[in-house]
Amino acid sequence: MSIYIIPEKCIGCGLCLKVCIYNALTLLERPEYPKKYKLAVIDLNKCTFCGACVEECAKYGAIVLEKEAISYQPSTISLYRGVWVYAEQRRGEIAPVVYELLNEGKRLSKKLDVPLSAVLIGDKISHYAQELIIHGAEKVYLAEDHLLKNFLDEPYSEILAQLIKEEKPEIVLFGATHIGRSFASRVAAKIDTGLTADCTGLDIDLETRNLLQTRPAFGGNIMATILTPQHRPQMATVRHKVFKKSERDTGRKGEIIKKNVDLNKFAIRTKFLEFVKDLTSKVNLAEADIIVSGGRGLGKPEGFELIKELAQLLGGAVGASRAAVDAEWIPYSHQVGQTGRTVAPKLYIACGISGAIQHLVGMSGSKCIVAINRDPEAPMMKIADFALLGDLYEIIPAIIQELKGTEPTA
Amino acid sequence: MDYFLSEGQKMIVELCKKIAEEKIKPVRQHYDEIEEFPWPIVEEMAKCDLFRIYIPEEYGGLGGGILDLCLAMEELSKVDGAIALCLAATALGTFPILLFGSEEQKRKYLPDIAAGKRLAAFALTEPQAGSDATAIKTIARKENTTYRLNGTKCFITNAGEAEIYTVIASTSPERGVRGLCVFIVEKGTPGFSFGKKEKKLGIHASSTRELIFQDCFIPKENLLGKEGQGFIIALKTLYVSRPGVAAQAVGIAQGALDEALNYARQRIQFGQAIIHFQAIQHLLADLATQVEAARALVYSTARMIDADPEKKVTKESAMSKLFASEVAMKVTTEAVQIFGGYGYMREYPVEKMMRDAKITQIYEGTNQIQRNEIALALIKESASK
Amino acid sequence: MNIIVCVKQVPATTNVQIDPKTGRIIREGVEAIINPFDEYALEEGIRLKEKFGGKVTAISMGPAQVETALRECIARGADETILLSDTNFAGADTLATAYTLACAIKKLAPYDLIVCGKQAIDGDTAQVGPGVAEKLGIPHVCYVRKIREIKDGSIWVERLMEDGYDILFTSLPALITVVKEINVPRLPSLRGMTKAKKAKINIWNAETISAEKNRIGLTSSPTTVKKVFTPPTRSGGETVAGPPEEQAKILVTKLKELKIL
Repeated sequence: MSIYIIPEKCIGCGLCLKVCIYNALTLLERPEYPKKYKLAVIDLNKCTFCGACVEECAKYGAIVLEKEAISYQPSTISLYRGVWVYAEQRRGEIAPVVYELLNEGKRLSKKLDVPLSAVLIGDKISHYAQELIIHGAEKVYLAEDHLLKNFLDEPYSEILAQLIKEEKPEIVLFGATHIGRSFASRVAAKIDTGLTADCTGLDIDLETRNLLQTRPAFGGNIMATILTPQHRPQMATVRHKVFKKSERDTGRKGEIIKKNVDLNKFAIRTKFLEFVKDLTSKVNLAEADIIVSGGRGLGKPEGFELIKELAQLLGGAVGASRAAVDAEWIPYSHQVGQTGRTVAPKLYIACGISGAIQHLVGMSGSKCIVAINRDPEAPMMKIADFALLGDLYEIIPAIIQELKGTEPTA
Repeated sequence: MDYFLSEGQKMIVELCKKIAEEKIKPVRQHYDEIEEFPWPIVEEMAKCDLFRIYIPEEYGGLGGGILDLCLAMEELSKVDGAIALCLAATALGTFPILLFGSEEQKRKYLPDIAAGKRLAAFALTEPQAGSDATAIKTIARKENTTYRLNGTKCFITNAGEAEIYTVIASTSPERGVRGLCVFIVEKGTPGFSFGKKEKKLGIHASSTRELIFQDCFIPKENLLGKEGQGFIIALKTLYVSRPGVAAQAVGIAQGALDEALNYARQRIQFGQAIIHFQAIQHLLADLATQVEAARALVYSTARMIDADPEKKVTKESAMSKLFASEVAMKVTTEAVQIFGGYGYMREYPVEKMMRDAKITQIYEGTNQIQRNEIALALIKESASK
Repeated sequence: MNIIVCVKQVPATTNVQIDPKTGRIIREGVEAIINPFDEYALEEGIRLKEKFGGKVTAISMGPAQVETALRECIARGADETILLSDTNFAGADTLATAYTLACAIKKLAPYDLIVCGKQAIDGDTAQVGPGVAEKLGIPHVCYVRKIREIKDGSIWVERLMEDGYDILFTSLPALITVVKEINVPRLPSLRGMTKAKKAKINIWNAETISAEKNRIGLTSSPTTVKKVFTPPTRSGGETVAGPPEEQAKILVTKLKELKIL
């Protein structure tokens, strides 16, 4: 595997330098080539072969990335058929993301002309199997035991790995929840296959039957399309609200396959003791249809009183930027962004939030964005569907008045 | 300007910058408003080993010199001169022990100070004895194996929070300055109490109080040096600590200058950023030049002291403190001016810097006293030629 | 306790901005830092060492420049560092990385606890931690927001969930990934920085850790990047101008028209 620059084609424009996050490119004088300007040079110690520069130089074709053909038996791959969705259940409920995965899973399985199945692991959860079928699963693999009541990485991983070995699905989808990300990672390592986290887009390349997995990286600065060409199953995790929920069709029929679970075959070294609920947030931020968010522009913690008032009036949740959380104006559970929650509500009202990329990544999926800010150049103002320039301490009360239906006083 | 700092000195600057930006900046306005001693920050500074900088290695220190201490003071003061003062004032209170303490005294007190476990303070000033240090009225009467201390000190920095105090008192009032001594007095000693916390123009986070001694008995082991050496000890202490205060002034000035420069680049009036106006440019040029000159003077003085601790540094020490504090006052006042109306508002950082800067012209010897010292030194030099 | 902390050096993406005019990444002054979540992992490891005694070894896979990150770990209190550096490691995806780290950690056995950050801020996958645990055959718990207790060869932890937290315990040795709620990382100390400057960084390559060639690096990574592109920037909408009362009126009307309200 190698990467190199064709000096004859390089025009020294430096565009490749701009996209390289690893500082692996520099422009150097190359007197041995008959060109008067500096040419691009790659530092192989820093290069991670991500290919961003190749893309950037498509016009001139001066950068070549060569990947060695991986010697692998493609015949084994054809034994893997079927799209699976891990039906995460927690505290007696199926995670909402599962129904979204069944919807997308159905689309992928149709393209591949294979069945769509769900995997349900837990204790006394068989009554959910029917619900999964109603949402599109043609088969439901059921593994039950009283020791599996609460999610534990080791036994769940053993069971799913065993199931995959037996049934050989070509694609397995998980919700990118706290459980899903931990679980999928362990399973992928156990069966030595590829896993792509936080996919925002999935598709099938019909020629190769490969799953095209698109996801953000570098806090959302870059999108990458990932393949798992030589390993099966291809595993991916997807965040809540990326795909739409599937329709319920009570007419759907499906097969429920009970799998025997012999937990004596391996040690369970972890024990679940109890769950402690977070009582501070009344409206679940991730589920809210309307979110009113506050940032550094509020200037003081009391500003959140105004945010809360507007949110309550709209029946929405309160969000915050990292700056506000770091300043301890509001707890971390309200933080939206790369290191907080990802949200995709119908309406996102950003008050005094400049819109650093790390925050945008967490809410750019919102259907409608309203920005209220003093700074017309703030990134949030530029991407908002409605940008209100002014003092939020005047605008928010005005909006509250307008919503309440009273005439604003002169 | 490149001052050719050593690797160790660059480390100090880098670390203090981190502490200032990450720990001090978010809370500087808060402490200025609540006027409380910033113990959480002092603890962070201690964990980072800042209190070890100027203490010899055999007592738990890092064996650095005055320049190292100045670098730390400057960097911290760029963000907040008041919180930085906790360090400088402890150093001031520690120098008498460092310079004149016996082995037992050093071993007893220095390790805790180096670890930042116990802060120190220097107590010279009295209600009737400010610039005129000879008018000291605190008496220490020798009684068997103890000294009985009576008197009042005022305007003492770190008072109430520090545990170790180096106190100047007179054992023989009839001998005037030659009757002065320095004692180590620990907080909690019966007969030693504190007055109320003073409300000041600036450096609100710093604790300034009276020390009240009423028949306070201190063991004779706590006498620093010999009886009668008090004045010399006090003077030598001030000579080596003045660069630290000067560094504080340079830091405050630099911080204000940086804020003003930043503001001028962003503030748009008459269709352009005000930095494009020559009036602002010339002003910034003058201020920057003065700050650099002050810095160079402070560093040079500090290097002199470090190179030869025995050498007389009266004149240079006074010059660095005089010049740096005058510059700090000038720069911070002009910084407020550059900010215009916003500069006057407490929401913006420069008015605090101006209020903080003022004290640097007053304490550790008023600038008038500094001028006296410089003039005297000049006369001596001239006379000896 | 013998504690191992896995760290990664990442670009400081907090400084990376997209130029709104060209949609390109602005590269100026993007320095390399310790992955922020790993700072919390390191802090937790050092706190455990201070409480129970023992040592902390910081380990990282990457090119030679990662040495600066490892020295920073020493400045904050790590006792030893290991840099896994080999051109054959380059281009590894999460599975290959987990395998490589596991090979190295096997050489450090016996160990009590491996602490990792929740995820790296460049890859954002959060996959390596659990992968390492699987390759070592030890239990793992992700999203740990607090270690409640360590005794009798077990560790009690609080695992952060979307709506609260789970309390679990698992036997040691184990691997945990931590979130920012767990502690406040310390700043380095001057003595630490001096020690870090003089410290010896152990550099191991594929041979040192007996890593199989067909399980490391780009060629052994099941996932491969087909293409990389800048995301379509969301273009702005309209400015709502006027005095606050006007703005409020227009906004509410428009939102009602769009059936959002």
